[in-house]
Amino acid sequence: MNMITTGRRAYLRLLFCFALVCFALTSTAAFSQSGGELRFCLRSEPKTFDPLLVDDDSSLSIRYLTGGVLVRANRKTQDLEPELAESWKVSKDGKQITFKLRRGVTFSDGSPFSSEDVAFTMQRLMDPALHSSTGDAFRSGSGAVSTKIIAPDQIAIIFPAPLAGLERLFDQVAIMSAHSPKKEAAVLGPFLVAEYKAGSSVLLRRNPNYWKKDSQGHRLPYLDSIRLDIQSNRDVEMLRFKRGELDLINVLDSDYFDRLAASSPGLAHDAGASLDSDFMWFNLVASAPIPEYKRAWFRSANFRRAISQAINRDDLSRVVFNSHAQPAVGPVSPANKFWFNSKLKAESYRPDAALKRLQTDGFHLQNGALFDKGGNAVEFSIVTNAGNKPRERMAVMVQEDLGKLGIKVNVVTLDFPSLIERISQKFNYEAAMLGFRNVDLDPNGQMNIWLSSAEDHAWNPQQKSPETAWEAEIDRLMRAQASTADPKKRKENFDRVQEMVAEQTPFIYLVNQNALSAVSSAVGGANPGILSPQTFWNAERLTVNASTRASR
Amino acid sequence: MNAARKLACVVVVAMCAVSLGASWLAPAGYAKQFREAPSAPPSHQHLLGTDEVGRDRFARVLYGTRISLLLAPAAALVSTVLAALVGGLAGYLGGIWLRLARGFTDLFLSLPWLFLLITVRALLPLNVSPLVSVLITFLILGLLGWAASARVLSTSADALRNSDFVLQARASGLHGPRLFLVHVLPNLKPVLYAQFWISIPVFILSEANLGILGLGVAEPLPSWGSLLRELEGLISFREEPWRLVPLLLLIVVLTSFQLLLSNEEVTA
Repeated sequence: MNMITTGRRAYLRLLFCFALVCFALTSTAAFSQSGGELRFCLRSEPKTFDPLLVDDDSSLSIRYLTGGVLVRANRKTQDLEPELAESWKVSKDGKQITFKLRRGVTFSDGSPFSSEDVAFTMQRLMDPALHSSTGDAFRSGSGAVSTKIIAPDQIAIIFPAPLAGLERLFDQVAIMSAHSPKKEAAVLGPFLVAEYKAGSSVLLRRNPNYWKKDSQGHRLPYLDSIRLDIQSNRDVEMLRFKRGELDLINVLDSDYFDRLAASSPGLAHDAGASLDSDFMWFNLVASAPIPEYKRAWFRSANFRRAISQAINRDDLSRVVFNSHAQPAVGPVSPANKFWFNSKLKAESYRPDAALKRLQTDGFHLQNGALFDKGGNAVEFSIVTNAGNKPRERMAVMVQEDLGKLGIKVNVVTLDFPSLIERISQKFNYEAAMLGFRNVDLDPNGQMNIWLSSAEDHAWNPQQKSPETAWEAEIDRLMRAQASTADPKKRKENFDRVQEMVAEQTPFIYLVNQNALSAVSSAVGGANPGILSPQTFWNAERLTVNASTRASR
Repeated sequence: MNAARKLACVVVVAMCAVSLGASWLAPAGYAKQFREAPSAPPSHQHLLGTDEVGRDRFARVLYGTRISLLLAPAAALVSTVLAALVGGLAGYLGGIWLRLARGFTDLFLSLPWLFLLITVRALLPLNVSPLVSVLITFLILGLLGWAASARVLSTSADALRNSDFVLQARASGLHGPRLFLVHVLPNLKPVLYAQFWISIPVFILSEANLGILGLGVAEPLPSWGSLLRELEGLISFREEPWRLVPLLLLIVVLTSFQLLLSNEEVTA
């Protein structure tokens, strides 16, 4: 009996010890989630720490890490998720949005968060004197944007005209405190700016009052701090990453990607086609100083389409981007799940079809050179920005592709200010090759390109009235999609815009580059995506294992 | 002629000869894109591999060498003639002309070269063939690169103007252009030669600088500048050492040009 009792006690003691060890291990595992410093580079000096004035990539990164927003677009699923707002409702006429705010949230300095802060932020954002580009997206018509505080945790924001995709715009609005003496230094995001050394680094520390917790109830973020070194040289950035001094590279070139993938396969991430696109276009400005016969070529949709057909996009993707790019279809990348018109396909390489198309416009081949019906040899220049190697390589490949059709192309690389002056002020160019870096999924973000009156209507900007019927139709469709809150109607209209762009080819879309990034094995929880910020979109859930970093 | 000068002479002549035989030595040509083999390592078909779009690097190096070696001396000749006209004449005339010329050259030298080149390059017409673009690039270099040489020449000509033999010539009734052509110019020859030889590597480097910025010779024509751009992003020399060939050629040629100068010319 005693022996049995002693044995049972021993067993119980053993069980207790085992339980203790298990608890200790799980606690250690949970604890190991916390702490550490994440390090990566900003490629330029942040121009501002004011979240409402952000206009550059570095400031955008800092705003993403420090700012608290009402709703957040999930960078993987592209769905909107509640953040500081538990729920929201857009009125049927699309002019009002009402937010139900999360309770018990405080700013990093301890001041409470309420609907007053949202009202203050919106008023400041919409102040014309502030010149906020974030605020410009909310300007739907003449008249002021007003706010109505319904309760401390409920607020309505009223716009003078319907604003399509309204709720998604709040992903970019970091809420500021109405009362904190620290102003923009009081934040609602997972990190706060602790130190800034101009030209050197920005240090972010964890916000002790951040409201979000993980599924086990641990307060986020896991990281203690993030060090952002200001480093524009990509070679140095890659060397430092390889040496283990950096944990992330948010955007990688294909050359660097392949080299990294060869030496450390697990660290290089290709998330697939991004929203960014590279393209070329012809100058269609009536007053441009180009010969009349060339203007006639460029104004012909047949000519533009033929040029598009004569470009081998598969080769561009394979050779220039080492297959880390996809032939582009149109203004919307296939990565944009909702807005992409899936009926469209990328223009395939068909030089024979291109030549036939040109012949219908009176072009003819003579001793290997192409001539128009007036006997003028087909020759034009493509300007692009010097220093952008992928774009320069694409231009050289387009030069050879079009050379096979008997077209002589002169590639001219210019410094960026000279290029912008030529294409947007003097219009002294024939064709240009550039790219768009798209951060907005919604077509409203492209209004400045597609409206014929817009400044960025690259091929013929700032038209007083649309010069062609198809531009008038695109204007109508874009305005129609922007003035309704019905997603189905908006999609129909924008699908038609994409089809018209494919038919008329004002932009000859070339490739959508893949979203390439590098993540150190020391970083836990990373899940790189295609939307900016690719690698640290879930920064509050990232961890850094210092011992793994040291062993690299 | 010492051994180093002889060797430098042989190197420059050999480089010129090889680059002139580019079409025979590298029949693939500098522009043809072998798209199935971009960034390929050296092989029998491509002795120095291919560049990022599959062009034969050996052919590009030969044609790039030809361009740099033929056109840099041409640009140096233009700048030396301009320098002789401005600096030599001002030094010979002296007085207000010398002060004016020195002020003008000082002003010219104070301009930021690279920005000036970039600005002038941006103002050029767009529709020019690559061959014309290369001629324009070196002509710009020649037209903008005379000031430093002019300053040296004006000082030398000023010294000659006050020398005993020029005074004696003047006393003998020799004046004006004849005095300049018969007594001053022949004595400026060592300085002119020195300035000419010094300018060649300067222009080669200037073109290389422009090329590295992507603003030099237009594609698909190669130059040492555009070839050196390939070194951007080269993290380890061991990975692709053949990509260093244009850099080595540049160093060898620049060193050879320096060694070609005689002691007298260096002193001048």
